[in-house]
Amino acid sequence: MVVTDIPTKIVYERPEALDPRVTHYCPGCTHGVAHRLVAEALDEMGEVENTIGVASVGCSVFAYNYFNIDFVEAAHGRAPAMATGIKRVLPDRLVFTYQGDGDLASIGMGEIVGAASRGEQITVIFINNATYGMTGGQMAPTSLPGQVTSSSPTGRDVTRQGHPIQTAELLSTLTGSSYIVRRSLHNFRETRRAKKAIRTAFEVQKQGLGFSLVELLSNCPTNWGMSAVESRDWIEERMLAFYPLGDYKVSSAVADIKI
Amino acid sequence: MPAKGYIIVNELYCKACELCVTDCPHEVLALDMERLTSRGYHPAHMVKPEACTACSICAVVCPDAAITVHRYEKQKAEG
Repeated sequence: MVVTDIPTKIVYERPEALDPRVTHYCPGCTHGVAHRLVAEALDEMGEVENTIGVASVGCSVFAYNYFNIDFVEAAHGRAPAMATGIKRVLPDRLVFTYQGDGDLASIGMGEIVGAASRGEQITVIFINNATYGMTGGQMAPTSLPGQVTSSSPTGRDVTRQGHPIQTAELLSTLTGSSYIVRRSLHNFRETRRAKKAIRTAFEVQKQGLGFSLVELLSNCPTNWGMSAVESRDWIEERMLAFYPLGDYKVSSAVADIKI
Repeated sequence: MPAKGYIIVNELYCKACELCVTDCPHEVLALDMERLTSRGYHPAHMVKPEACTACSICAVVCPDAAITVHRYEKQKAEG
């Protein structure tokens, strides 16, 4: 029985940096988890009043509605460029972008490579769900070989449409980047690890150690055509093989950060 | 084993995705098929509250931050 007269302490609650409004995301979409992890990290660091987010185009286009922090909306793919400008003008603020794979790895690939190579002092939260969610599940640069999408009904043919782009590996080769990791949101354990990575990425920026990016493997139950629970299993069974989790670049200064 | 805590599901946010129901290691949760939220979802609720360990797994996997986890504070031994 739930006994309510015994004193309790709250061990988990909605973070303050998260706005009280209900998100437009589909049931089970891990965008909500990623939002919450970012909000928790900002709460813990006491940076809510000092943070500026840059939203992308895609399902996360309304991210500015869901955080109790300052937010701007960038043109498609241009969030790293906008964040660069904000950070250079206001270097004492914590500046992060929140981008999906269609935004970051397709139209915005030039921007992200530029920002990472310059070693801009920004943090990028990159949601990789292997599809274009907002526009109806078309093939994205990150779609897996053989993956059926609304624009590749017979499955992605790598001889015609190329291979998926592994963003974390790609950006880790640049001298300018400092902290590049890939995490997943498909279960409790990995979600906890993702939270720690997001916190570390913000610490990297706070200490002026350079460009940080956290790639989060995410689901899209609606466009993958499965239930929320099945979509998380699909991440584990299909996506992890092609997108191995791990720390792709941790510069020596970053390795000393203790959380 | 007596419950170590309980959860409160904020039905404004719950979208009945069932991730908490699936991930609860003690099968404490289920969707309430008798009720609908204002958005038309069957909300998650506790069906086996005596088994809750306040482990927070449900809250961590919840995509809509709908769950608050309360843990009973340890009572001092009497006498």
